[in-house]
Amino acid sequence: MEADITLRVDGEDRKVTVDTRTTLLDALRDRLGVTAPKKGCDHGQCGSCTVLVDGRRVVSCLSLAVARDGAEVTTAAGLADADGPHPVQRAFVANDALQCGFCTPGQVCSAVGVLAEVKAGWPSAVTEGDAAPELTDAEVRERMSGNLCRCGAYPGIVAAIREVGA
Amino acid sequence: MKPFAYRRATDARSAVATVAADPDAAFLAGGTNLVDHLKLGVACPSLLVDVSDLAADLVEHLPDGGLRIGAGTRNSDLAAHPVVRAHYPLLSEALLSGASGQLRNAATTAGNLLQRTRCGYFRDATAPCNKREPGSGCPAVAGHNRHHAILGASPDCVATHPSDLAAAMVALDATAVVLGPDGERRVPIGGLYRLPGDDPTRDTVLAHGELITAVELPAPFGGRARYRKVRDRASFAFALVSVAAAVRMHDGVVEDLRLVFGGLAHRPWRAAHAEDALRGSAPTEVALRAAADAELLDARTLSGNGFKVPLARNTLVSVLRELTDGAAEPEDDA
Repeated sequence: MEADITLRVDGEDRKVTVDTRTTLLDALRDRLGVTAPKKGCDHGQCGSCTVLVDGRRVVSCLSLAVARDGAEVTTAAGLADADGPHPVQRAFVANDALQCGFCTPGQVCSAVGVLAEVKAGWPSAVTEGDAAPELTDAEVRERMSGNLCRCGAYPGIVAAIREVGA
Repeated sequence: MKPFAYRRATDARSAVATVAADPDAAFLAGGTNLVDHLKLGVACPSLLVDVSDLAADLVEHLPDGGLRIGAGTRNSDLAAHPVVRAHYPLLSEALLSGASGQLRNAATTAGNLLQRTRCGYFRDATAPCNKREPGSGCPAVAGHNRHHAILGASPDCVATHPSDLAAAMVALDATAVVLGPDGERRVPIGGLYRLPGDDPTRDTVLAHGELITAVELPAPFGGRARYRKVRDRASFAFALVSVAAAVRMHDGVVEDLRLVFGGLAHRPWRAAHAEDALRGSAPTEVALRAAADAELLDARTLSGNGFKVPLARNTLVSVLRELTDGAAEPEDDA
């Protein structure tokens, strides 16, 4: 069954007719040609499809496109502005935070979400007490545990996120 | 994936009426479990009724000192809520020990409570499974059962309930507010979940079409509380064993306590025998171990999960040691 939806993707309104079974990830990649989010496991376990929906990081593979009608979706391709790449993207390059790069768009979107969550004072499983969380290695690793990197670029990823959050 | 119709609900009563009238309809909220099941062929609804817009994300104080949590409150928002962190830290700890940041941003309170087992045979639509296809058998009993139940299982099903939040909610004596076609009823979360018995298809006592609209917590229990989760990796994994515990001490004696195991049974397992053994007693090392042993006396292990008995015992004793302020010194392990 089909549904007409509008998604605001990386700042642009996109109207599309989707089968109700289409995930947000497949709508972006296969229907709208937005290929920054990647399909890794397609079961919410690897994080490579992470995008920001209305400002919050989610896995787009476990979201139905029809249920996101009207949402604002930001992919890694939409993080840049007129000044060039987003600070998180620059830090990933500077810290050698990738090898093959397949997981990187999801890592970057997730990292942007993490920085906003820390700024809002959200605790994690490793946050001690009621104090505002600080971006230690342990905090970054815990908060980024939903993004896998099979190349094992984790040390660079942690360094990049700490650099931007400092 | 089987085709399905999609409707966005604008009020809870009509959403309930729609789903209750159609045996093949299902509610959709965060989707983190259901969308996965659609892909796996574990769930094949013909109609999804999306309840995300029902404005059920309010966290409000109750006149009796308790807290009312809207069923649609996202796991991340609930874990970070200042009142929850200050007065029900057990809930925050349990939520933050589960899933990933991305999933917690989408998953809802009621959706978390109603998530289904992660038994690999249940999730594999090509395998027999009494929970998915009644009467087809249970390969886990003689198969891969490292994650499976040691308490309250049946020959038909040895699955465990995966929710960390559920174990904490039972320890907090929470109540689900449930809307059905005939009106509203209240179900204590401690009585929400079923043991598998000879009908493992049903995880809970809810009827088809009933919708959890809120969860209510009583006034804080007081004392100290802890959620501790033991798992195969440091983050983003389901519990092998978890303990949700709240203890109130008075004059060196356990005045009152609530103990719940996760990861051991088809439902969060209220450790009533252990509670009874310790209530009114001094929490000596001997007493703590005896209480844990009393609870695990009826444990029945499978080929791959025998380790859960000592793991559950040691985790419970360790948490109790911490919460009773080290009143008893640890001895050499026997």
